[in-house]
Amino acid sequence: MTAIEKSLKLIRHKDRPNAVDYINHIFPDFVELCGDRLSGDDPSVVGGIASFLGRPVTVIGQVKGRTLEENIKYNFSMNRPEGYRKTLRLMKQAEKFHRPVICFVDTVGAYPGIEAEENGQHIAIANNLMLMMNLQVPIISVLIGDGGSGGALALCAANEIAALENAVLSVISPKACANILWKDSSRDIEAAQMLKMTANDLKSMRIIDEVILETNQGAHDNPFIVAENIRMYLEKCLNKYKNMPVKKLVELRNEKFRKIGEYATASEL
Amino acid sequence: MPFMTESTEPNSQPKTDIKTAREKLKRIVDDNSFSELDRNLLPINILRFPGYDEKLKKARASSSENEAVISGFAAINKQPCIILIFEPLFMMGSMGSVVGEKITRAFELAIKKKLPVITITASGGARMQEGVYSLMQMSKTASAVYRHSQQGLLYISVLSNPTLGGVTASFASLGDIVIAEENAQIGFTGKRIIEETTRTKLSDDFQSARFIKEHGFADMVAQEEDLRPILAKLLQLHA
Repeated sequence: MTAIEKSLKLIRHKDRPNAVDYINHIFPDFVELCGDRLSGDDPSVVGGIASFLGRPVTVIGQVKGRTLEENIKYNFSMNRPEGYRKTLRLMKQAEKFHRPVICFVDTVGAYPGIEAEENGQHIAIANNLMLMMNLQVPIISVLIGDGGSGGALALCAANEIAALENAVLSVISPKACANILWKDSSRDIEAAQMLKMTANDLKSMRIIDEVILETNQGAHDNPFIVAENIRMYLEKCLNKYKNMPVKKLVELRNEKFRKIGEYATASEL
Repeated sequence: MPFMTESTEPNSQPKTDIKTAREKLKRIVDDNSFSELDRNLLPINILRFPGYDEKLKKARASSSENEAVISGFAAINKQPCIILIFEPLFMMGSMGSVVGEKITRAFELAIKKKLPVITITASGGARMQEGVYSLMQMSKTASAVYRHSQQGLLYISVLSNPTLGGVTASFASLGDIVIAEENAQIGFTGKRIIEETTRTKLSDDFQSARFIKEHGFADMVAQEEDLRPILAKLLQLHA
């Protein structure tokens, strides 16, 4: 089995831990805060505050369901504009109270629905991308499963990005890619291979900073160990940014994304 | 369960008569005022994505451009600006590394020269063939807009047919002023995918320029021939 085949199988495993599981384990005193203060609350994104290393943090997570009931509640992890607006509201709140932001990324993509378009899905994501760049507190993002395009990217404008060993991030879903290439969405594994979307691919392309290990059989095999690995990673990151001046923090975040891109200049050819 | 979330290929060909981005640009800026930037940046097939080299070759042949966006200094009614226009004949105006880099450089130069920026987009979204590098151009360009905005400089975004996916969900929606061009399809997810996901037939008006304005996402709807006077007026009011 290839690495991507294994990853796709494991992130779709029915028992794979989701953002709520990690939040419960790492942040036992988590208090959930709801609503975008504009038009609604999107349950597919959970956000709130908790203490970590003896200090308050803001925690946000995109949630994948495991049962049919959960899947309906979490809209199969497809977030609506209200969800992105909620995350931005909570991040601005974190900025006000000088607490770091921790994001768990796990979505098949932003919801492709009629109301989502009517409520400005594109603007909600664009605003996240831009306003997170200027946030005056550290942002740490951890990819924990699916990383569906712009919907996942909307929680990734971070100072540090890590991915669980089997997490993925992609510009397009493998099925959609296969559909465009061969008019055959069942060839998704082949397409996924070409898209180079595994955690290790992302690390070698310098899109992410670190790969967080799962257990051999995947995160569901021992969620406790994986949650501990995430906790240690977060601890390391927050210590790194603890005493950094705000200006530097924002500069580094912008520089991180400024560097990404591969192209040639005519004189090199 | 739907897996496709963003359009990389628009549903329909542009409804307006086929003309090149350069011809359109010519009608907007002052005669002989355009001076192109970064034409030497060229795409590479970094992921060795099957078929991409051939696609690029075809795109170059059909559009006579090196990439899907053209950027440069220009003047509109004698007012200087940096302007970028997308060429949909080049792989449906999709955004990969070169497009992201050209946009970012244009905003950075505008910061240095204290100039307003105008973008005229026509794009299916992020370019699939460059994978996650394309995706990250959304963040990169959003950061460039933010840094330009911090300097108190003006950014006008004109959304032409079509503007979708990773382009509407990044820099193109972040203008101080957003103009939707008449007959443009504008949105996040392509219409066909929404129809498939929701099993609903969408009206012709869905994602139209008027729809976008009515929902509060654009300041105005403009005919293509009115872009020059409108842009001139807006630049003058920010001079």
